[in-house]
Amino acid sequence: MSDDIKTLTTRLADEPASLAFLELGEALRRRGQLDAAYKVARGGITRYPALADAHDLLGRILGDQGDLAGAFDAWAEALRFDPMRIGALKGIAFLYFRAGDIPAALEHLRRAAEIEPDDPTIRQAMERVKGAGAAPASGPARSAPEPEAFSVEVPPPASAHAVNGTSQVNGRVDHGIMLVDGKGLRLNGTVLSPSNEDVGDRVAAELAGVSKEAARTSRLLGLGGWQAIAVESPEGNLFLVAPTPDTMLLTVRDPSLPMARLGLIAERAAREARAWLESHT
Amino acid sequence: MTDAQATLERVTQVPGVKGSLLISGTDGLVVAERLMDGIDGRAIAALAASLVQRLDRATQQAGMPAPTFVHLRGNTGSVLAAPGRSDLVLVAVTGTDANLGLARVQMLDAVGRLA
Repeated sequence: MSDDIKTLTTRLADEPASLAFLELGEALRRRGQLDAAYKVARGGITRYPALADAHDLLGRILGDQGDLAGAFDAWAEALRFDPMRIGALKGIAFLYFRAGDIPAALEHLRRAAEIEPDDPTIRQAMERVKGAGAAPASGPARSAPEPEAFSVEVPPPASAHAVNGTSQVNGRVDHGIMLVDGKGLRLNGTVLSPSNEDVGDRVAAELAGVSKEAARTSRLLGLGGWQAIAVESPEGNLFLVAPTPDTMLLTVRDPSLPMARLGLIAERAAREARAWLESHT
Repeated sequence: MTDAQATLERVTQVPGVKGSLLISGTDGLVVAERLMDGIDGRAIAALAASLVQRLDRATQQAGMPAPTFVHLRGNTGSVLAAPGRSDLVLVAVTGTDANLGLARVQMLDAVGRLA
């Protein structure tokens, strides 16, 4: 154990109500002791649930652990208590960028720039995101700026959401993910009902109509093209995106998973679906 | 002010919401509306009802109960819909800068009270 961590651990043991957990958690994170850092941050949040610094710290730790959805929630919580929290704004901007949502990433960076106009790292991040957003066909995923551009250290997401199956993650039921063509035919993946029946083909058949209806509604109401549809139901949340103009990707998860997180998962899966389509056509 | 009008008033006060309507879910007709000038309530009602019906069918095919909230995100704004009981659907149209979280909470709260 290094001296600074030993000192901070002693200080926190002597004064459990102190804010030393913030420094200790960050020191542990920087040393890569992420489980220990997580426990320290969680302990701090239990004691100081409304402290934005603590949620910001937790966001960085979860990001390092690869739990990007968890990091998103932690940073969102930090912003709830401190809307001017630069670290959280940058962190969420980075997550939106990774999800391919360039406008949302830029919006968060703009907010950060308004708060800290002299911070060169924010300007650099904005330029790189704009550059990636303007890149042709290759899209943001291929020309992604390094996470360091956002001054957060988040590893690449685990590719656990490929369009080919279902699982159970962190106790939440994953009802599946499915890629469907414009005629309502299943291309890959599956969707399970709450009773574990494969309902992929039946759902796929309905989705062709949904895609047309969404496009019509969005166009006629002057909203431009449609980007996503989120559907909340008591036994499951559905999230629809269109990886390409002729396909739809449906992600279904337990309703305990916040919709914003489901959106991030779906956007990431859409990128993987695009890559899958490219390699299979 | 009727209950329906009060409901629409609350939803429309959410920042970024351009208007809200109470529609009939099966035939897509307007029951009550509070919209900014230039927004065609009849078109919104018809389109939103049709979309909600489609999503209702897809959700049923997935073995799940009917949707309680729908969010269609477009390039320049969103359509939100909260189906309630008695065939009523509360619909809101927003810009990209809307507080969607607040709009959702207000709509779910309102449609629960209307039921």
